[in-house]
Amino acid sequence: MITRLNATQELEGLRQQILASRNQDTLRITVCCGTGCIAQGAKKVVEAFKRELSAQNVNAEVAELKETGCHGFCEQGPIVVIRPQDIFYKKVQVEDVPKIVARTIINGEVMERLLYSVPGNKKEKCTQESQIPFYAKQERVVFKNNAYIDPTSIEDYIAVGGYASLVKVLTTLQSQQVIDTIIDSGLRGRGGGGFPTGWKWQSSKDAAGDIKFVVCNCDEGDPGAFMDRSIMEGNPHLVLEGMLIAAYAVGNVSEAYIYIRNEYPYALKHAYKAIEDAKAYGLLGDNILSTGFNLDIKICRGGGAFVCGESTALMASIEGKVGEPRAKYVHTSEKGLWGRPTVLNNVETLANVPVIFEKGVEWYKSIGTEGSKGTKVFALVGKVNNTGLVEVPMGISLREVIMDIGGGVPNKKQFKAVQTGGPSGGCLPESKLDLAVDFDELTKNGSMMGSGAMVVMDERNCMVDTARYFIEFLEEESCGKCTPCREGLRAIRNILMDICSGKAELEDIDRLEKLCLAVTEGSLCQLGGTAANPVLSSLKYFRSEYEEHITNKYCRAGVCKDLIAFYIKDNCPGCVLCYKACPTWAIIYNGKGVPVTLIQDKCTKCGACLDVCNLDALEVRSVYDNR
Amino acid sequence: MSKQVEALDMQEVLAKVNPVLEKHGYDDGMLVGILQDVQAQFNYLPREALIAVAQRLGIALSRVFSVATFFKAFSLTPRGRHQLQVCMGTACHVRGAARILEKFETQIGIKAGQTSEDMKYTLETVGCVGACALGPLVVLDNEFEGHLTVDKIEPILERLD
Ligand SMILES: Cc1cc2nc3c(=O)[nH]c(=O)nc-3n(C[C@H](O)[C@H](O)[C@H](O)COP(=O)(O)O)c2cc1C
Ligand code: FES
Repeated sequence: MITRLNATQELEGLRQQILASRNQDTLRITVCCGTGCIAQGAKKVVEAFKRELSAQNVNAEVAELKETGCHGFCEQGPIVVIRPQDIFYKKVQVEDVPKIVARTIINGEVMERLLYSVPGNKKEKCTQESQIPFYAKQERVVFKNNAYIDPTSIEDYIAVGGYASLVKVLTTLQSQQVIDTIIDSGLRGRGGGGFPTGWKWQSSKDAAGDIKFVVCNCDEGDPGAFMDRSIMEGNPHLVLEGMLIAAYAVGNVSEAYIYIRNEYPYALKHAYKAIEDAKAYGLLGDNILSTGFNLDIKICRGGGAFVCGESTALMASIEGKVGEPRAKYVHTSEKGLWGRPTVLNNVETLANVPVIFEKGVEWYKSIGTEGSKGTKVFALVGKVNNTGLVEVPMGISLREVIMDIGGGVPNKKQFKAVQTGGPSGGCLPESKLDLAVDFDELTKNGSMMGSGAMVVMDERNCMVDTARYFIEFLEEESCGKCTPCREGLRAIRNILMDICSGKAELEDIDRLEKLCLAVTEGSLCQLGGTAANPVLSSLKYFRSEYEEHITNKYCRAGVCKDLIAFYIKDNCPGCVLCYKACPTWAIIYNGKGVPVTLIQDKCTKCGACLDVCNLDALEVRSVYDNR
Repeated sequence: MSKQVEALDMQEVLAKVNPVLEKHGYDDGMLVGILQDVQAQFNYLPREALIAVAQRLGIALSRVFSVATFFKAFSLTPRGRHQLQVCMGTACHVRGAARILEKFETQIGIKAGQTSEDMKYTLETVGCVGACALGPLVVLDNEFEGHLTVDKIEPILERLD
């Protein structure tokens, strides 16, 4: 039964009570139930544990089962970690569960087979999470508790010190002091722009008005990012606590909103539950902890339009209107939701706030670079061995993230580029791998931090096609209100399609650059304002690939179908990998040691063969090259 | 595929729409949420339901319609028995999602965004679903099918009834 807390001191009392009720010797079986692991069967593993624990008579004193949020290492899911020893089991299947219960839980043995080993070194097993290179170089601030707590249990959050920052703020700091602390911490918005959070709060505080709002942006429109969702799914109270502190600091805020996209069912579910529980404990609602401070948080479900992540469009959408942006002559921090001063912050930004008060500004400032403090969570995806969510200190090099944490490019392919910042970002080539990752360095080099997607590409990715992909996405997502964005993106896409199909001329590159400039300068909101980045950055670093498409009518990556044909080279040993992969039976097996034959008429140029061949026995040629 | 949609009985429509409006306190500020819940009832947004929502909230039908057509998540036509959502997120794209979608399209004989004539499949595309480690992938009736290659698609479709 939940009893309401009626004074700020009672929180610590409750924490002690929760800790005392928990046996320190109880083993905790944490099963990652982030979306990535669920997709790989984590929920079935949870069910199997429930069955087995009761079948093998393991009672709750001995072992407790916990469904946690995302642990980050999606590549190895479903992940099970047994605490306090922190034994890390990867790719756990339902069939493994009876043995885990019998051997590890009951007998205390470690099961070698389920341990992670560094690729290429099967002998060396990592027993604990911290020994795994993927985790070793990370610095987990926002994600610290994700792998420990059950996101649907407010008691779990309180047990690890949750809401203590709120109490500290409410009892010891004036609202201005809170803002000063955030300004001093150097925290910058993680939603893309990198705007200093403290200053944003200050301008809403200074704006006239007796009704103000705080809004949390969990729209996550970038089609390649999932960290906001993982924070909201895995530790919703952390975000609520950040919102509470923001509301207190700005003042005159009694209503706040979380804008979550409807496609995120677990994030929604956990956020609703968190709000309900926080209210029951008196940590949210009227007269919070009897301090006279009120805040109600409501959830607004987004319909999944990229532009709705933009501040004015998001607010229009909360007001029940079509999510179209408006010109920002007046900032939303002064005139936002229903014309009132409104602070809009990203999920990750807000999740940093309680940590700053928990650990102190000095500690926080010690992480990161001069202009970018703290950590950043990246969705490290694409052609990389260790796909997952990684939280790293600002200033770490791209190389460390991709090669050390990410484990490099799989299947012996060659690294080509890394795309950061999503549709508003850009790609960086190998020569930029030693760049320190922070807001300013990325921007200076033609990319940006954006949402924090980090997409690795290899020799099999065509840079023109990638630019076309982003432009097509943005063209589709453009709300159509302003002409430069609506028409400009269409024109850019047409040129890119011409290049991909060999119909372009060299002058088109100049036209492309001019159009990019027009869209950047003329668009109403930052969707159009940044839309040209993927094109401009790939032109900057991979111009030769554009030119090659135009003059040689050749796509070296083997992607642009109108330009290419595949040929088997003489060194093909007939290993049958490509023969098995081909969906159209275009490859004929001629016996071992003999090259296979490719029938051009049947080939749809899907490239499945090129993906599997690891002997460099396939060649991509231009269709116009009739050797 | 624009099939002739039969008119629905208004009483039945109201029986489903009213509780949703009730839940949201007849607040037109919650229009997006209301339409999401209505869609969950019907699997799509029937014309009659849009009319009912507009009337009951006392707002213009054009406003309801503009919201219903703005967001990708809303469908104004009935959907098939099986929902196939091919992830076109960036991570899946660089791992060849375009090939996967193309194969689904040719195999079923419809384009993304369409429902097959026999109402068996609705084929859609989505942005990142948060399972990039499994990419390229399809979300099939809320279950994930990951690490797709072109040759896996026929068997997946054959499995469905
Ligand atoms: C087209 C567009 C899409 C955006 N999408 C998001 C998003 O999905 N999530 C987000 O937090 N910010 C997004 N932003 C940035 C927001 O407008 C806003 O700057 C941010 O939420 C502010 O929070 P922050 O200061 O904490 O970063 C987007 C901006 C634009 C122009
Ligand atoms: S891009 Fe497909 S799941 Fe993330």
